[in-house]
Amino acid sequence: MNSYYVQILTVTGINIILAVSLNLVTGFTGQLSLCHATFMGIGAYTATLAALKLGIPFAVALILGAISAALFGFIIGVPTLRLKGDYLAIATLGFGEIMKNILLNLEITGGPMGLRGIPKVTNVYVVYLCVTLVIFSLNRIMHSRVGKSFIAIREDELAAEAMGINTANFKILAFVLGAFYAGLAGGLYAFFFRYINPNNFGFMKSIEILSMVVLGGLGNTYGALLGAAIITVLPEFLRSVSPVIAQYRMVFYGILLVAMMIWRPQGIMGENKVMKRRGQAA
Amino acid sequence: MFAEQILNGLTLGSTYALIALGYTMVYGILELINFAHSEIYMTGAFIGLIMVTVYKMPFPLALIIAMAGSCLLGVTIEKVAYKPLRKSTRIAPLISAIGVSIFLQNAALILAGPQVRAFPVNFKSASIKLGQSIQMSSLQLLILLISIILMVGLHFLIHRTKLGQAMRATAQDKEAAQLMGIKIDRVISFTFAIGSALGGAAGVLVGVYFNSVDPMMGFFPGLKGFVAAVLGGIGNIPGAMLGGLILGIVEVLGAVYMSRYKDAIAFAVLIIILLVKPTGLLGRKLQEKV
Amino acid sequence: MTLLEGKNLTMVFGGLTALDSVNIHINKGEILGLIGPNGAGKTTLFNLLTGVYSPSRGSIYFKEREIKNLKPYQITRLGIARTFQNIRLFGEMSVLDNVIIGQHCRTRTGVFGAIFRPPAVRDEEKRVKEKAMEILEFVGLAEAAKEKAKNLPYGKQRKLEMARALATEPELILLDEPAAGMNPQETNDLIELIQKVNDMGKTVLLIEHDMKLVMGICQRIVVLDYGKKIADGTPEEVKNDENVLKAYLGAALDKEVK
Ligand SMILES: Nc1ncnc2c1ncn2[C@@H]1O[C@H](COP(=O)(O)OP(=O)(O)OP(=O)(O)O)[C@@H](O)[C@H]1O
Ligand SMILES: [Mg+2]
Repeated sequence: MNSYYVQILTVTGINIILAVSLNLVTGFTGQLSLCHATFMGIGAYTATLAALKLGIPFAVALILGAISAALFGFIIGVPTLRLKGDYLAIATLGFGEIMKNILLNLEITGGPMGLRGIPKVTNVYVVYLCVTLVIFSLNRIMHSRVGKSFIAIREDELAAEAMGINTANFKILAFVLGAFYAGLAGGLYAFFFRYINPNNFGFMKSIEILSMVVLGGLGNTYGALLGAAIITVLPEFLRSVSPVIAQYRMVFYGILLVAMMIWRPQGIMGENKVMKRRGQAA
Repeated sequence: MFAEQILNGLTLGSTYALIALGYTMVYGILELINFAHSEIYMTGAFIGLIMVTVYKMPFPLALIIAMAGSCLLGVTIEKVAYKPLRKSTRIAPLISAIGVSIFLQNAALILAGPQVRAFPVNFKSASIKLGQSIQMSSLQLLILLISIILMVGLHFLIHRTKLGQAMRATAQDKEAAQLMGIKIDRVISFTFAIGSALGGAAGVLVGVYFNSVDPMMGFFPGLKGFVAAVLGGIGNIPGAMLGGLILGIVEVLGAVYMSRYKDAIAFAVLIIILLVKPTGLLGRKLQEKV
Repeated sequence: MTLLEGKNLTMVFGGLTALDSVNIHINKGEILGLIGPNGAGKTTLFNLLTGVYSPSRGSIYFKEREIKNLKPYQITRLGIARTFQNIRLFGEMSVLDNVIIGQHCRTRTGVFGAIFRPPAVRDEEKRVKEKAMEILEFVGLAEAAKEKAKNLPYGKQRKLEMARALATEPELILLDEPAAGMNPQETNDLIELIQKVNDMGKTVLLIEHDMKLVMGICQRIVVLDYGKKIADGTPEEVKNDENVLKAYLGAALDKEVK
């Protein structure tokens, strides 16, 4: 295969991990997170530094990256998810920007120059092995007591609490799991592109991931997968048609988010009617 | 020195307060974080800038037009992006709000370019001596004055007019308000109009204060306005004013010690309130009706 | 024996006192009715007992333990379950899954168990499913197990609320207007069902506007009006109580005026 296509395929795989994991938090559990790319970045930097500075084997470095992202997820999740309301959205918005600021200013992360000379360990096979593992584990979680509790929280937080679910803990759990997977994707990204800088993991990337999930269908793992594929491939295709269009990408995401919410909140996959208006009967 | 810092903090804080009011009013009525508010603020700054530089308008007129423009934008956003979602799940309008915010920000980037523009207003930049060692620029005085006038105006509007009364009733209990014959749609539009006008005014004032306007300028002030609203007690109007002022002062004083992470201060404040007193300084605990 | 006791319970919303120094106790094994005109504070009392609100004043003891400061999920774990007046099912989930969720606090599978599925987890899953089916059969919803909860007709949704509450294995079950919106046939089934639940040894606290239902199955009735307890006694006593008659007459007149 042409290396350009292999690259797109690999990036698609990384984006799939990001999308299905954000879907766990936002689609299944109903909590809007706006710093998914930041967790990806934490994973990327941790894995890179662990491999480069400490000489830790790559597979272990990847997992360390995921764990450190999960740890940050816990630190943000605890104050914001214990409460009702939408504080998570705004707290993650701020957290993402501040993490970026920190990455830009620290010496060990290379500041705005980022980190270079990362060995290329990721290839398309490694990525899709991870995609498989992620989707497999996600499916198992979602069919279990844990996953059902996530959905119950999304459907009706108070009723979930009345069923004996410690909703605060389970919301935090979903958020931490999402961060873990995103951190893994970040490590894969770093070991694929061999160069990372803070701008790879900014707010715009988080919005891109959100757009994938919303396009494919909130609360539907395969919808998120499809959304990730479309949003990765389509711009590449458009860029080959007209370079100007790439510039309008973010504007398009904005319109997409609004339009999908109004006209097709269940996403293109459709059958899952998570976002459908509540019936009058209830 | 210290007193001067406090003064700087108050000036900055008064603009945060103006932004916070928009968030808090909308939240009070719709329980929605209007993410687009930061872009309404940015748009206000741009309208003001265009009025002053292109149309050579005097500053007060430019400010009024910027407020009117922001007001129109806010009401339109509500009608297009939030109103159709009023009956859907909680997360849908939130995502829609993020979408509007992203759209406006990037549309502005394409239209105006990423560069930072100066906001030239020719004041006599005199400084006023207050006491022995405290100096205040005429600009600061102007910003403080305009903010105070706007907030007093808002107070009057909310407590002395029929629409204001309807607004308060709706914020307290939407269903009861509807039963009493209040037209909820009008109240919501009105809320967005007022909140957005104040946000736009804040945009102009900050643009002049720091002499800079750009498409991304809404991000941090927007975030800080929200933090101010939470600090004061979300949904609480005097709370938003108080929260803004306190946040401004904390930030200016904090920046002395950690200038690089100045923007992180507001975030730290947010996390601390959420941990210690999630209802904010003046907020009452609201009980969701079950 | 007293299973639950509320002392001096007061709940203030803004300026409105929804409950005013209410004393209430529930004996183990009884069916206690809670009645009163609209807005009397019945649901508010439920919300206090289940930890949804914490009382402005007063205290609550369940099996001699103070539960006023516990979260709803902790209270459910202790053995108090409830249904909601304005049905709050997990609409997108299947009927079966709704009941499975009800067993959440009696099961323990975590993330690792879910991913690796060791035998203990499989066993638990099997048991949970069987138990859920049993409960569905018990309330008469077994046929609808696979349907989405929100697609059930109203009467069945109410039954599912009960099934879900039973799945938490409560000692005390609070039912908030379980017959609302049911036709007479369904109401009769419901009466039978509540009786059966009680026969299983579960204590029942029942809010209901349907007087025939309440008078028929409750051993004791507490009456609230404007947040105050105005009567507490056997159905006979309550029926002939002057204050109760006045409260209901007043409420009826109010309605006519409106
Ligand atoms: N969360 C709340 N905030 C403000 N007021 C409330 C809240 N919950 C209940 N109330 C008020 O408290 C009073 C008692 O309400 P409650 O729901 O307990 O009545 P009820 O006896 O259950 O009536 P119904 O028979 O209509 O269900 C009502 O006036 C109601 O409006
Ligand atoms: Mg009630």
